[in-house]
Amino acid sequence: MEQRIPAVSIRNITKRFGQTLANDHVSLDIYRGEVLALLGENGSGKTTLMNMLSGIYFPDEGSIAIDGHEVVIDSPRKAIELGIGMIHQHFKLVDLLSAAENIELGLKGKLDIPAASKRIREISEAYGFEIDPAQKVYDMSVSQKQTVEILKVLYRGADILILDEPTAVLTPQETEKLFQVLRNMRNDGKAIVIITHKMNEVLELSDRVAVLRKGEYVGDMATAETSAQDMTNQMVGHAVSLNIERPQPVNPIPRIEVSHLTVRNEAGVIRLDDVSFTARSGEILGIAGIAGSGQKELLEAIAGLQPVESGSIRYLEDDGTPEELIGKDPLEIQKMGVALSFVPEDRLGMGLVGSMDLNENMMLRTYRTGASPVTDRKTPHELAERVVHDLDVVTPNLHTPVRNLSGGNVQKILVGREITSAPKVLLTAYAVRGLDINSSYVIYDLLNQQKKKGVAVIYVGEDLDVLLELADRILVLCAGKVSGEVAGKDAVKDEIGLMMTSVGGGRHE
Amino acid sequence: MSEAKQREPLIHISRRGNLPWWGAWGIRAAAVALAMMVCALLCILVTRTNPLDIFRTMFEASFKTERKFWVMLHSTAILLCVSLAVTPAFRMRFWNVGGEGQALMGCLASAACMILLRDAVPHWLMIVCMVFASITAGAIWGLIPAFFKANWNTNETLFTLMMNYIATQLVAYFCVVWENPKGSGQIGIINQRDPYKGLGWLPVVGGQKYLLNIIIVAVICAAMFFYLYYSKQGFELSVVGESEKTAHYLGIKVKRVIIRTMILSGALCGLTGLLLTGGNDHTLTTTLVGGRGFTAVMVSWLAKFNPLWMILTSFLLVFLQKGAGDISTNFGLNESFSDILTGIILFFIIGSEFFIHYRLHLRHRHLSDKEAVK
Repeated sequence: MEQRIPAVSIRNITKRFGQTLANDHVSLDIYRGEVLALLGENGSGKTTLMNMLSGIYFPDEGSIAIDGHEVVIDSPRKAIELGIGMIHQHFKLVDLLSAAENIELGLKGKLDIPAASKRIREISEAYGFEIDPAQKVYDMSVSQKQTVEILKVLYRGADILILDEPTAVLTPQETEKLFQVLRNMRNDGKAIVIITHKMNEVLELSDRVAVLRKGEYVGDMATAETSAQDMTNQMVGHAVSLNIERPQPVNPIPRIEVSHLTVRNEAGVIRLDDVSFTARSGEILGIAGIAGSGQKELLEAIAGLQPVESGSIRYLEDDGTPEELIGKDPLEIQKMGVALSFVPEDRLGMGLVGSMDLNENMMLRTYRTGASPVTDRKTPHELAERVVHDLDVVTPNLHTPVRNLSGGNVQKILVGREITSAPKVLLTAYAVRGLDINSSYVIYDLLNQQKKKGVAVIYVGEDLDVLLELADRILVLCAGKVSGEVAGKDAVKDEIGLMMTSVGGGRHE
Repeated sequence: MSEAKQREPLIHISRRGNLPWWGAWGIRAAAVALAMMVCALLCILVTRTNPLDIFRTMFEASFKTERKFWVMLHSTAILLCVSLAVTPAFRMRFWNVGGEGQALMGCLASAACMILLRDAVPHWLMIVCMVFASITAGAIWGLIPAFFKANWNTNETLFTLMMNYIATQLVAYFCVVWENPKGSGQIGIINQRDPYKGLGWLPVVGGQKYLLNIIIVAVICAAMFFYLYYSKQGFELSVVGESEKTAHYLGIKVKRVIIRTMILSGALCGLTGLLLTGGNDHTLTTTLVGGRGFTAVMVSWLAKFNPLWMILTSFLLVFLQKGAGDISTNFGLNESFSDILTGIILFFIIGSEFFIHYRLHLRHRHLSDKEAVK
């Protein structure tokens, strides 16, 4: 790595948000013809740093140079002019327009869709994208939408691409396709930065790894010369163990019996189609599937939050007495010991209130207890103290609004609160969504502890590698149907990936 | 480096961390001071008087005589009462801008009792009927938009706003029906003369005409603070306001909370109507509430929906309005001038909220908070 001129050279960049120091004198080089993986725990400042490159934030201090010339990036438009394009986690597309129209949107000059479509096809062929420029966005799968987003920045002439957790929503097959495209672009001389938490992807794709920790730049290294363990240690700052244990289930008995469950959403579209399975106590049942295959509806139906068209969901007592859950109030179901912790994309939308502090968020579950019209504030306060202590939640104090905490800590509070209600059934979806490795392992540990206590855990996950290691059994959903059930020990990743897309070609959200 | 610095944007804005409460109030105080200076400057340009005279006039408008002082306290109490009424709805993120109409319905119900029941019931029963009728009327005016919001997700801002006009028209109609003397189209003071003298008028406490209303509002204020911060219902409505999804997940019945809260909000507005018609003015006009239903929105916002801070913000707004009014009259300017002055002051107060949440950086020079206000 001798005298190459970096495509982007970041020098001593500092960014503060109030009292929080998001980036502290970070210096980083990005080269052409190279895939750089940017690693760091949640809240370590990766996205902030990249947002400054793409003109969304403006640095408090420091400078940025493109190809050796110092530049000022004061708007996203300027970033595009300089050839920097960022693909965000949340897509920004107009559903009713076609791929080509979305790509043209916001550009100056005459609208010439046929010409645009032609260029889009050329770009697609050059890098190996599969896309139909005339296809409407509402008809697209998540990975197709992502393709449009990438094409959008390429079309605008970007040769420095930043991708923020691009694989979080993809199946293994789609991920592999994306990686192939990225490799093609790298070979074409583009500079690529990818933010991800998945170590295997870093090892597979990147040429170089740069690590941020608590807003500071720790260092970079060639991917070939490092290992997952090594990178994790650098990220966290101390050695961590990267094994998920899978204790043998002790004396499992059926706890939740779902049979022939069919659910339609408000628009009358079938979301769950004749789903049947059993969840047992002392066992983790993993649920795999592409985002929007009915996972949410399934958990919500069990929790009593989703109207059901037909079928039954029965809760089995320890002595085997069945009780029908359909038709019960969400509160009654909670009281029977069914706890739901669903982590939505924005993390806060369900289960927590961002502007409330830790005590009040604990109170959300307990405030109804007692006949008095006055709230009991002591019990939730003790609960908050316990969760903070047991799960190592990093917070200035118990009076901090939870939205000011980093994602990992927010999720610990949510999962922690559900667990402290001593449930019989723990429904959890995307519990590690967007979490860094260290926090993720804390959550896996928590789930395993619950399992050992005899709780029936239903775990909806997006990372197949983790599902394979953690779950005792894996149920695969595809377009609302059960497309397979395998034992966690014997499951093969590619097989599950196929099952995720097999039934009826897959209907996407 | 130097070249880059020059091309850096002149101003860039960043979010503040948590400002301590005294910092926020310091910024607000600075904004009021600044607004006064601009007002003074304007007055000097228009009237060529000493600005100190102007400030003295402003202060005297509320404090010069004992009577002025009591009137100011009473106006503050009435404004505070409407503000307290709309606050639970606001904490639920239900933008009830119908306080005006809900209070006016309370006035109408009180007046109806005073006029229609004067031959039928004794004084004490009349008061009971008025309390009941005014609260019910306000509650119904609050319930209607809540019912539509809860069931069909109608826009509550538009709905409550429109309800104001219906209330005003109803009052206008009854002003003609109950006109006194005949042909005037106005009601005048109700039950002013024998044999009905004082019937349905709230009693005078401690020899001071305004004291009862002030005491009632003080009690409501304390109760509302307790309700919002310490009761289960108060907690529930904040959860609904912050995140309906979360409320749904926790098994809170969102519809029921919306309707319950708006009944409370409307009922308290209706009670304000009773305090106006039964307690103070003893009449009914379309302008009796005098825009307080809208000013209440600002009182509540500025106090961050905290009933105790609202005592201060409602006082501030009353003080400014009275002051601006007196400046116009004393210096021979028409009423629009006082509106201009009030407008300037409100502009600064609302604008200061920006500086509480954000700070400005001017080209690498990090300004302290106080400088940023300027």
